[in-house]
Amino acid sequence: MKIAVCIKRVADSETRVRIGADGKSLDEAGVKFILNPYDEFAVEEALQRRDAAASGEVVVLALGPAQAQETIRTALAMGADRGVLLQADRVPVDGLEAARALAAELKDGGYDLILFGKMAIDDYNHQVGPMVAELLGLPCVTTVAHLELAGGRGTAEREIEGGVEVVEFPLPAVLTTDKGLNEPRYPALKGIMAAKKKPLDVKPVTPGAGGVVVLAMTPPPERKEGRIVGEGVVAVAELIRVLREEAKVL
Amino acid sequence: MSDVLAVLEQRDGVLRKVSHEVVTGARRLADALGGTATVDAVVLAAGAVQGTDALGGFGADKVITLTSGAFGAYAPEGCAMTIAARATTGGYSSVVFAASATGKDLAPRVAAKLGVALAQDVTDLAVVGGAVTVVHPVYAGKALLKLKLTGTPAVVSLRPNVFTPVQRPKAGAAETVAVEVPAGRVLVKQVKAVEAGVLDVAEASIVISGGRGLKEPANFKVLEELAAAFGGRAAVGASRAVVDAGWRPHADQVGQTGKTVSPTLYIAVGISGAIQHQAGMRTSKFIVAINKDKDAPIFKVADYGLVGDLFEIVPKLAEEIRKLHG
Repeated sequence: MKIAVCIKRVADSETRVRIGADGKSLDEAGVKFILNPYDEFAVEEALQRRDAAASGEVVVLALGPAQAQETIRTALAMGADRGVLLQADRVPVDGLEAARALAAELKDGGYDLILFGKMAIDDYNHQVGPMVAELLGLPCVTTVAHLELAGGRGTAEREIEGGVEVVEFPLPAVLTTDKGLNEPRYPALKGIMAAKKKPLDVKPVTPGAGGVVVLAMTPPPERKEGRIVGEGVVAVAELIRVLREEAKVL
Repeated sequence: MSDVLAVLEQRDGVLRKVSHEVVTGARRLADALGGTATVDAVVLAAGAVQGTDALGGFGADKVITLTSGAFGAYAPEGCAMTIAARATTGGYSSVVFAASATGKDLAPRVAAKLGVALAQDVTDLAVVGGAVTVVHPVYAGKALLKLKLTGTPAVVSLRPNVFTPVQRPKAGAAETVAVEVPAGRVLVKQVKAVEAGVLDVAEASIVISGGRGLKEPANFKVLEELAAAFGGRAAVGASRAVVDAGWRPHADQVGQTGKTVSPTLYIAVGISGAIQHQAGMRTSKFIVAINKDKDAPIFKVADYGLVGDLFEIVPKLAEEIRKLHG
């Protein structure tokens, strides 16, 4: 099995968001960057599939700045075989431009599976995986929480509102992974040491400007200051009153 | 050529409620585009769809049902092909989806086929100088991006529960067209429904979530009883901690690695309110927190806080709600 996993370097969700001087982007000073948590499910799944087949290769692909090499090393430390960084100053805001850059690299790779996390926790774009599938003309299942592969075909389960869709598809395919698919491993010290020697190609790319212009980044509106309506069970009456009279939701 | 295509959803031949929000958002865009801009609402189905006759009320000028045997279940490839073709031949200036499980899957496929940008999961829409602008939450809701879409059509998906349906009567003329759709490679073989009558947290107008403060899985029944007191409008959600502990299914998780919800009323019970949890619920209209720790971060985002023992407070609250509904 030859598997590509597309990963992203993202700001840690614990990050205190400060808006940059341009008023349009994150001020990255002091921000910790991590491997996108949803991509960990994709990396883990790829490793398990490779190991179950006892052959093949897991290639980790990232689009991002030079520092994304560290993110790729994290995936290599988990057990991926080699990495490719499509180095660009910025990940384009337009997901289709990111997809175009990734698809160009993946096109002739001969992959059986191309995996993505279902979304990145920085931009919440939720689109690059299925866009890559469209650009490559491959079948695609998004937000996969359970996966079975056999004889060149796959069965995936994905959560929808009030249920689970059971989806069949042929390989090669593009899948995006959701929580619940597996338990991502932590890189062991041995893996971290080994990762330093694994091949990591850096290829400069220049993604297009795309069709999205950032006008502004702003903090979310402050929630109107709330209040403690009381303590203990005696305060339930007051809670009912404010929900009826102020919030008018009852 | 400044018309809006609203892409609706049905399941088992019944229009999904989120479709009202899509028509409402589409109508808002059409009105902002000005002039005589119209909203065409399109639904893909195996046959007639129940509920489409109400869409004129929310601002649909035309309701187009495109039928094919392939549309009995969600057919990602056939749907993407059909919507993209419709968007092209209809010359629409924008295409509006719901950011539901289906919409988030379908919208990127359509945008890629059309070669245009997509703004997913938007919480606001406007037209500035003829171009569609949107608000899109990023960084776990800790910042909002205001974006301008320069391509045509502008493709967006709307966060559920944000675009409150409003009555805005238009003709809602019905049209049904059979379409040819090749069998796709990706086929939905089965939809395993969760228990009948259980609302999804992403779509309920009231969400009651529990965290570690519930102490053990069986205690979620106090939340289920409170949900039942609201008479079918409420769903029970969960924090990451209790989902990771295996107390509740992942489908119920609210937060960064779970679902983003925007109900009218969110009641957080025994949840401390980590930033990742807040990412999933801070756009709720009203937030109530019940927690024994008065310093819990959840009280910082709650409109109304109640400090105390949830095992006393929640049953009492359920009793009072039942009285109101009785």
